[in-house]
Amino acid sequence: MDITTQPIIDTKATLALNPLESEAVYIFREVVAQFDRPVLLFSGGKDSITLVRLAQKAFFPAKIPFPLLHIDTGHNFPETIAFRDKLVKELGLELIVRNVQDAIDEGRVTEETGKYASRNMLQTTTLLDALEEFKFDAAIGGARRDEEKARAKERIFSVRDDFGQWDEKNQRPELFNFLNGNIDHGQNVRVFPISNWTELDVWSYIASEKIEIPSIYFAHQRKTFLRDGMLWSAQDDVVFRAEDEEVVERTVRFRTVGDMSCTAAVLSTADTIEKVVGEIRTSTISERGARIDDKRSEAAMEKRKQQGYF
Amino acid sequence: MDVLKIATAGSVDDGKSTLIGRLLYDTKSLTTDKLEAIEKKSKANGFDYLDFSLATDGLVAEREQGITIDVAHIYFSTAKKSYIIADTPGHVEYTRNMVTGASTSQASIILVDARKGVVEQTYRHFFINDLLRVEDIVVAVNKMDLVDYNEEAFNKIVSDFGALTQKQQFKAQRITFVPISALKGDNVVNASTEMPWYDGETLLEHLEQLNPSQVEEVGARFPVQTVIRPKQDQYHDFRGYAGKVSGGALAVGDSVTVLPSGRSSVIKDILFYNASFTKVDAGNSCTITLEDDVNVSRGDILVKSAQAPSLTKELQATVCWMDNNALVPGTKYLVQQGTAQILGKVKSINSIVHTDFSGVDATDKLVLNDIGKVTIQLSKQVLNDQFLDNKQTGSFILIDTQSHATAGVGFIGS
Repeated sequence: MDITTQPIIDTKATLALNPLESEAVYIFREVVAQFDRPVLLFSGGKDSITLVRLAQKAFFPAKIPFPLLHIDTGHNFPETIAFRDKLVKELGLELIVRNVQDAIDEGRVTEETGKYASRNMLQTTTLLDALEEFKFDAAIGGARRDEEKARAKERIFSVRDDFGQWDEKNQRPELFNFLNGNIDHGQNVRVFPISNWTELDVWSYIASEKIEIPSIYFAHQRKTFLRDGMLWSAQDDVVFRAEDEEVVERTVRFRTVGDMSCTAAVLSTADTIEKVVGEIRTSTISERGARIDDKRSEAAMEKRKQQGYF
Repeated sequence: MDVLKIATAGSVDDGKSTLIGRLLYDTKSLTTDKLEAIEKKSKANGFDYLDFSLATDGLVAEREQGITIDVAHIYFSTAKKSYIIADTPGHVEYTRNMVTGASTSQASIILVDARKGVVEQTYRHFFINDLLRVEDIVVAVNKMDLVDYNEEAFNKIVSDFGALTQKQQFKAQRITFVPISALKGDNVVNASTEMPWYDGETLLEHLEQLNPSQVEEVGARFPVQTVIRPKQDQYHDFRGYAGKVSGGALAVGDSVTVLPSGRSSVIKDILFYNASFTKVDAGNSCTITLEDDVNVSRGDILVKSAQAPSLTKELQATVCWMDNNALVPGTKYLVQQGTAQILGKVKSINSIVHTDFSGVDATDKLVLNDIGKVTIQLSKQVLNDQFLDNKQTGSFILIDTQSHATAGVGFIGS
């Protein structure tokens, strides 16, 4: 629902403090004030959906003053794509989609093959091309520092050079509230408004704000197979499956949503947002434990980031 | 949910990473997969105990050299609070990182090795926490197991600290001492059975009851980030000022002055998302509208008219230098106070301040990690808010006009 067409509610009360929300809103406003062409990187996952709500809050009663950019690997869950299109329509947002398939067809990137083939790494080229094509100078993303150890050192404003590269040894110190977005022509900045949120913070916020999310985050029946201790979706042929990997229908949900080829499901009966929050609260497995791409090596994320990965 | 931001400081080998790992482990914040990775690595490194420091060492370069090179952020939560730890290395050359970590923290843990007592590095850590006016300090006296949990060793450190606190500027700071063993888990989360002489709180119990932002500031400040002007029919004449309140509360009906222009008006609405409020406290982002059509844009700061500070084109400040190029008099920088960026020039470097409380010396430049007193001349007027009175507008950053790097941070006050 496009809330900017609704009347303002007079609460006659003091605004309650939500430090993480206030910080994220502050960051969004800094981006719009400091950059000419910001864009929100939208994957259709819960973190980027949360970003959309925070952006609405930051600029109300104006509409979100930047477009959404989706780097479509072609391996997204169909539920995610349907949700994306519905959200964009309801909120009257501008959506730009760029396809990894195009870079493959042009021979600029080579598709991985084999058992663990994924297009996750290939996204980087398409992302950098899109930033260049539209001259975006700030790309807002939903990465959180609690996700992974290389991300724990990421700044809120992360300056990238002409090649989109991250230099972890030469980052700008971020003091107090100051976010220094001064850059040279050709450089761009990655911005992470929910840097300081944890997975539980995001889920709690989705629950308290009643934010809609794609159905695959809730428990459902799915054909899956077991490999390396993880449950893989067997409902789509982009996931390689050996003949001896047995397909079983299980009650599962997705805790994190990336490509079908690199996101594992978890056994769960949590079919409401309250049950999902409860499950995350007591979970003993980390979120990225279900990201097959991170299991490649201990420094997998750090290496991807140096090459311009988001 | 309450959020407590904590900075940690300690010398090399004080067991800082082990302490953080212990906090995560005992609060059951380490997930099974992370714990398995730590077990595997500990075994591979030939340790016969779990090396909790592995829970925090991030980058490949660090793991290779066994050091921490930058500020890392670590998250855990209890039923009561969410904790964000800014983990900074303790080497003397990393003043820059410690200052950065402390600038966003409400509390600080300073580690002291029970065997070594208060050392020069402790002085430096305490100095930075004093300079940055961190509200709560917890001195964690670590490795108590290596001094047989001896009470005298702990008491000596407490009394040695007395010499330091006499020299501090930020008198409202609260300091607490806890004897711990991060390796063995004594008094970190769970109470130790080895120190019956200590009847105080464990480190976590203490953090749980901290209530930050009790220190009164001199008045509300509202740096305007951006002006919200929806180009829609139902909000045709809407002009909202977006910003985050610091230093005190603002309410509908308050008389406010726009600085530096000095024009006055009255707060008409306080909005956040699709609701309006009568009052907003420090720490909140919101959108404010005014009764009069005064000219307000990014960089302006709204203050309560009764609490308006003086303006100045010359600042006396303490600066911590963070750039590889030295600070020398005459160089121009962009000075950012609140959301305003103003061209300024360092008129003089008056002294270098020794972070071990041993005083000041004359100097003609400040190099990376130096702290010094400077006079800055500005091309436009800024608020003369003292850092001791107002943390947000009493501080500024210096941006290199060529590289755009954040070259230094300043704290207004002589």
